[in-house]
Formats: sequence, C-alpha cells, structure tokens
Amino acid sequence: MRPFEEFSGLVAPIDRPDVDTDQIIPKQFLKRVERSGFGQFLFYDWRRRQDGSLDRDFVLNRPRYRGAQVLLTRENFGCGSSREHAPWALLDAGFRVIIAPSFADIFKNNCFKNGMLPLELANELVDQWFQRVAAQEGYRITVDLTAQMLTGSDGFCCSFEIDPFRKRCLLQGLDEIGLTLEHESEIGAYEETHREPWQAAVAGQREEQ
Amino acid sequence: MPTLLEKIWQAHLVHQQPGRPDVLYIDRHLVQEVTSPQAFEGLRQAGHAVRRPDLTFATMDHNVPTIDRDHIEDPISAKQIEVLRQNCREFGIKLYDLGSSRQGIVHVIGPELGLTLPGLTLVCGDSHTSTHGALGALAFGIGTSEVEQVLATQCLPQAKPRTMAICLEGQLQRGVSAKDLILGVIGRIGIAGGIGCVVEYRGQAIRELSIEGRLTVCNMTIECGARAGMVAPDDKTFKYLEGRPFAPQGKEFERALDYWQTLPSDPDARFDHEVVFDVSDFAPQVSWGTHPGQMTEITGRVPDPDNYADEGQRRAAERALAYMALEPGMPITDIHLDRVFIGSCTNARLEDLRAAAAVVRGKRVAASVQGMVVPGSQQVKAQAEAEGLDRVFRDAGFEWRESGCSMCLGMNPDVLQPGQRCASTSNRNFEGRQGHGGRTHLVSPMMAAAAAIAGHFVDVRDWFRQGKITEEVTLS
Ligand code: SF4
Repeated sequence: MRPFEEFSGLVAPIDRPDVDTDQIIPKQFLKRVERSGFGQFLFYDWRRRQDGSLDRDFVLNRPRYRGAQVLLTRENFGCGSSREHAPWALLDAGFRVIIAPSFADIFKNNCFKNGMLPLELANELVDQWFQRVAAQEGYRITVDLTAQMLTGSDGFCCSFEIDPFRKRCLLQGLDEIGLTLEHESEIGAYEETHREPWQAAVAGQREEQ
Repeated sequence: MPTLLEKIWQAHLVHQQPGRPDVLYIDRHLVQEVTSPQAFEGLRQAGHAVRRPDLTFATMDHNVPTIDRDHIEDPISAKQIEVLRQNCREFGIKLYDLGSSRQGIVHVIGPELGLTLPGLTLVCGDSHTSTHGALGALAFGIGTSEVEQVLATQCLPQAKPRTMAICLEGQLQRGVSAKDLILGVIGRIGIAGGIGCVVEYRGQAIRELSIEGRLTVCNMTIECGARAGMVAPDDKTFKYLEGRPFAPQGKEFERALDYWQTLPSDPDARFDHEVVFDVSDFAPQVSWGTHPGQMTEITGRVPDPDNYADEGQRRAAERALAYMALEPGMPITDIHLDRVFIGSCTNARLEDLRAAAAVVRGKRVAASVQGMVVPGSQQVKAQAEAEGLDRVFRDAGFEWRESGCSMCLGMNPDVLQPGQRCASTSNRNFEGRQGHGGRTHLVSPMMAAAAAIAGHFVDVRDWFRQGKITEEVTLS
C-alpha cells in the first residue's frame, strides 16, 4: 500500500446524506475482474441524464471541481452494499480523502485498506467546510495526518481524530496481510486446539454435488 | 455476564495487543463471483495460498441467469462466473456451480447446508452476511481486501464493535411478518441507527419467530448500519440444524449442543445500547422512498416533506418523492404496481414462498402487473415444487424461475425498466437498485403477493379478516 503523505487537494462537495454504494458505483460496473478502471463509472447515474448525456448540474461535472481529490459530504456516506468497487472508483477518480460526519462501517474499512482517509468530523464542522468550499472557487484542504490537522486555503483549520493503528498503517503503508502473518504460530496453535466440527473444522463433507 | 457477541469474540481471539485491533479467527468463509476475483488475483500476485480451503465455500448468485442456465448473454457476467470456477479449481475450494442442486444465494445456502452454526465466526464479501447471525453466529460482510486477507490468513483484524439489544416484545398480528418487524425497526431507528454496533435481537416476538423469520430479520440488520445481527440459539435453532449436510451429527451433535447452550447472553449481560419496541401494533410496512429507513405502514400516506423539521431530512424526502414519482399525502393503498418481485436473500426461503402462495392461491395476478417468483436456492425451488407451490404461482400468472439474486439488484437480465414501479421482497430500494430509473417498494412476501393480485398495495390483514386467505401461515 502507498504510504499516506501530507497532501493537499481541491475539495468537491456532495451535499447529500446517506449516499449509498449503489450510487457511488452502480452494479452494472461491478463485473470487471480487475481493481482498476472504475473511476470512469463513479456516480454514473448522477453524472448522466436519462439519455446518456452529461448532466452539467451534477457537482462533479462542474468545471470548478474538476480534478478534486477531497470529497466533502454528509452523514452515513457509503451505506449499503459492501462492494469495495466504491472506494476503488473514488480512488481511481482521484479522491484520497473523504470528509463526512459519519461513514458506514464496511465502507470506512474498505477506504483504509486502499490507503484512503475517511475523516469523521462533527456536524457543525462539516457545515463550516461546506460554507467555505461554496464561498471560494478552487478551495483546497491540506491534510496533515501526522499532526491530525486539516487546513483550508482560507486558513480555516481543525483537528481530527483517527484510530492510532489506522494512522500508523496509513503513514507507513503497512500491509495488513503481512501484519497478520506475523502471528503465524498463534494462528497455527489456535487451529490445533479448535478442531471440532463446530469450530475451525467442518463435519465430514457428506454431500457431494 | 458476557453477551452472546462477547462470548463468540473471546472464543476466537488469536492475538490481542494494546493499540491494535484484535485478530479473530474465521471459521467459515463464503465466496461469490462479484467480490472475489480481485482477492484471488491479489493472492496470486503475493504468492499466497488459501490457508484453509476446507473452511471456504463458493457459489455464484449475483450474475446468474434465472431462466436458461446455459446461456449467459452478457460476456462480462460470463467471464466473472468463469473466473470464479477457475479460482476455485486452482485454490481447491468447494464450489456450488450453476448445475448443482445446492446452488443458490450465498446467504440462503449457508444455513441450508449447515455451514452456519451457532458460535461460529462467518464472513463473506457481501453486506447481507448479517443474515447468518440468526443461528447465533457472528457473521458480517467484508470488502474484497478483507476477502483476500481471510483467504490468506483465515483471520481478520477487527476492532470490537459496541453491543446493541433490540427487544421486540408482544405478538405479531396475522398478516404481519418477520419482514414487517425488521422494516418497522429500521423505520424507527433509522438507517444509521446501528452504526458501529452488533445487534442482538431479543424478546417474545423473536423467540416466537421461526428460524427462517429470524434469518429475514438478521438479513436486514445491515440496513440500519449495524455490523451484524444475532439471535441467541435455542431449541428451534438446534432442531433446524439437525441432519444438515455440514452440521455435526450423532455424538458430535450432542457435544456441539453442550457448547451451543452456553452461548446465549447471560441474564445480567449489559449492552451498550438497548431499545424496546412493542410489536403488537405493527402493521404491514411499505417503503415510500429511496432507502430502507423511508418507511411507513400500509394504513399510512406518503409523507409531506414540509412536515420534516430537519432540513436534511426534508430535502432527502423531496428528492426521494421526485425519484419515486409520488405525491405527498397520497394513501399507500393508491400506489399501483407494474412489477412484483418475490425473491432475494431476505425473503426467498420456503416459508416465504409458502406465505406468498397462501395469499395467491386461487387468484389471478392483475393484468397490469408482471409477477416473478425467484426461489433463494435450488433446494428451496425443489421443495416448493414438491409441495406444488410452483403450480399455485404459475396458475395465478407468476413467472417461476431458477434461483439467484435476480431482480434484487439486477446484475443479470432481470431488471426494471426506467419508470417501472415494483413491489419487492428484497432489502434495498436505492435509486436504480433494481434497474436504472426503476422504483422499488420494500414489502413482505404476503404484501407483495397481495399487491400482485390487486394491482396496488392492499392491507393483507384485511384479506385474512375477510376470509380471502384460508391457510394458516407460519411467521416469516
Ligand atoms: S439477493 Fe440481493 S441482497 Fe442478497 S446477496 Fe443477492 S444481491 Fe445481495
């Protein structure tokens, strides 16, 4: 995983609560067997009108938000399906940081696994950022993960909370599979002592089909 | 004084270290075609094997055709299915392939096969893995990176969730089912009401529910944002499991039982959150909006956005009504349908089909409605056919299909056309979920069946009262 360095990006606001992963990437695009190439399908149904033409009113189609890397949105972002295609699409489209009052659990996990930073801020703070982004074209936010600080291009700043383990994984680009495999002997020992068919073993595979 | 969750958690700790998530052992891993290809690819790139292929089981469900199994028109769907076959072959994983009599929606076949057992940890790259908690397992959905992690290590680092008790007291009315229970709960606590929690369902209404009804309840737990739903195992659970292909048998079953009986939360167990609902006045539920929290009762009306005090909720309601093409104040019973879908991992088990068939028997689907019944698994299909349920549905004018996810999410050819309105027994009514521009109303199997006959929503309780339904229906 790519380490998360200090970074600064243009902010795009999606002012809706409960944005579900079916919207982030509609199911017809889940059929790829690769991890890449999903960015073009991000918010597909919102980006386009019924006839397939681009909807210029949709915020991500507006020229002032082109190239945005920070997504500002409302509560419960990423609810619904567990599809990791949602963070893949966001990442592929350039987003590395998402700011919202809350995230759905699986989506949040999926972001961290892909070196993205889902940041939870109090509602009032999120409101503040929305106002500032609206007020100034080209508004950027700088993220300092080490210091846990966000700073806007008008100088507005706030701190954020993050789980220390998540922070370390992001900063060092740690691979969680590698970390877990450090416990190889404990995993083996667990398996040795849990061999009943209602534990880490399956009763005789009686039915073959 | 631990809870059911805490007991299972404790029993699966492989490694614990301050400042890090706990490393949990995973007993069963279910795999499907949509969320696994990139995980297997990751394994190959890193040179990892599948650590426990014997604990890993696969089937294809999302993409599969429900009419002709031999012709998958969409080449990309066909490829995804083929890739799963190849991966299972290469890594030695048991696959319930399209031709298998055991194929089905992954959350229907897990319990059916006895893969899901009390006290186990079970994961799958699919959010509705919460379903399996109905048997007293800790079961939750994971992303593809985590699928890869479980394949490689059979473990998952997890921060311990908070616990939430949802107590459902009282007795359900006739015509009100498990689906209405959970829809009613989500309507009340909201779609973010369970974030960060594992829910344990308790109370009289849960005890009285069949296992299949409990599966329905736990299935939709993810729709209130919770990680997982669970029900403490009881005699119904044990009876359900006896004789299932992968459940322990004979002496082993007896010993398993000794363990399973220790699992229920202690009487003095404490939960981080607790809510109580009296369900005796729950009516059949119908969703009016574009997420499962936008819910009302059959006796209700489409809400007026102006009545929401909260600005965000008001705008969300306005957007939802525009998408759904509904007028504020309109009675729910005035909503007319184009399609009716009875299927999905929420409501396509045998009891669901029996309940729907009891409503349908001897009646005809309205001329304006296209109705479709898609059994959750090939086993369900076979059992239903053995009971003659397929005839009941076909005679009424429903289509009777092969098992799969089908129009729950329309990754196969079963989709709504833009603007079509559907009464669906599935679990999500998001914009475009059942097809681009499609409009979904979430309901129970009995309500869907009645709507198919009437052409619009009706209160199925009235049909019971009026003697239009003569069979006894098990709760589900
Ligand atoms: S039936 Fe629907 S909710 Fe269930 S696994 Fe299939 S797509 Fe997901």
